[in-house]
Amino acid sequence: MKAFLAIVRQTIIVSFRSGGGPLVGLIFFLSVVIVVPFGVGPDINLLSRIGPAIIWIGALLSTLLGLDRLFQDDRDDGSLDQIQMAGLPLELVVLAKAVGHWIATGLPLVVAAPVFGLLLNLSTAAMGVLVLTLLVGTPALTLIGIIGGALMVAIRRGGMLVAVLVLPFAIPVLIFGVLAVSAVTVGPSSSFGLPFLLLCATTLLAVVVGPVAGAGALRAGRE
Amino acid sequence: MRLTGSGLASERGGRLIFEDVGFDLSDGELLAITGPNGAGKSTLLRIIAGLLPATEGHVVATPETDGPLNTFMHYLGHRDGLKAALTVRENLEFWQKTADSDGGIGPLDALERVRLLHAVDMPAAYLSAGMRRRVAIARLLVVRRPIWLLDEPTSALDARSEGELGDLIGAHLAAGGLVLAATHLKLPVAITKSLRLGSAA
Repeated sequence: MKAFLAIVRQTIIVSFRSGGGPLVGLIFFLSVVIVVPFGVGPDINLLSRIGPAIIWIGALLSTLLGLDRLFQDDRDDGSLDQIQMAGLPLELVVLAKAVGHWIATGLPLVVAAPVFGLLLNLSTAAMGVLVLTLLVGTPALTLIGIIGGALMVAIRRGGMLVAVLVLPFAIPVLIFGVLAVSAVTVGPSSSFGLPFLLLCATTLLAVVVGPVAGAGALRAGRE
Repeated sequence: MRLTGSGLASERGGRLIFEDVGFDLSDGELLAITGPNGAGKSTLLRIIAGLLPATEGHVVATPETDGPLNTFMHYLGHRDGLKAALTVRENLEFWQKTADSDGGIGPLDALERVRLLHAVDMPAAYLSAGMRRRVAIARLLVVRRPIWLLDEPTSALDARSEGELGDLIGAHLAAGGLVLAATHLKLPVAITKSLRLGSAA
């Protein structure tokens, strides 16, 4: 447990100190949210209807940002070797990295989402639900994305490849997340409960599959 | 503790690097692994450290260890394992916590041993190659583990630090530790056993 927490803490600190960490993700998130209204036009009703989807897409893209370097940096400076010899199972190492990465980059998105919601004319109720779905859903995005990050250790100069590899698996999270918010923005024709529970289930699944698959990718990438 | 490797072979990228390599080492012994570039010295150490699977053969300890064998080993490789964004102290504390060891000396004591106490709160990014290597050596002290795997341990070190590393290795051997060192330089300590890997194909 001590080792697990140490890795979480180290991931957060490194993320904050090198390259701005959360700030880069937030700025990217903000640019997605700001650019869309310009493209769609000044139709306030349309914006508030597609607002949740825009925010979810922004959160998805900015979560994937930075995941490609997560394990590559550890490989390059040799700490991946050291951490494999620390005694903690590799699956838990991956989970700890994911938790740390989510706290440093995912949580700020959840906190900032209501502010960005204002730009898209979301109602207070919609914002509440949106924050709730993001809080439940973004960990799944990080955990799915981290599989791609672990694969990058073997592939090396992957760059955007992470996003391409991981995006299809992140789509269910997007669908359930946006559907759950639609219950508030669209009205009684769509329900909140079912998509929200499916979103929770996806996250729970990702908690198991992400670390196991990530550890498998790291093992396959041994050199 | 006794560490035995037998019938080790490694094939990488379709090329057989070495085969049928074995060693047998017990308390207080140092194995010097020598050979030309590309002979597989680093590969052999990484296999022993469990960081690379061996194509054939295996490494065992007697008596059998409680837990994975590589949690009884220190690996000092080409890459020092320092996080550039963390200070020297944070790096050492991180290793101490993740290895969850007892019995190692404190980070400050360890830094004093490698004469880096003045750099304790400096981010690792500002250290020179030799200083980084010395912090990595301090890791051997903050976490106590019986087997040291050293890959070119003297690289980037100046003459004085080289001598001090020799003293540390000597003290570790005297305390009953095992050392496996890959090098093509003269090691600053007495070698008890040596293993020469064949010429590169």
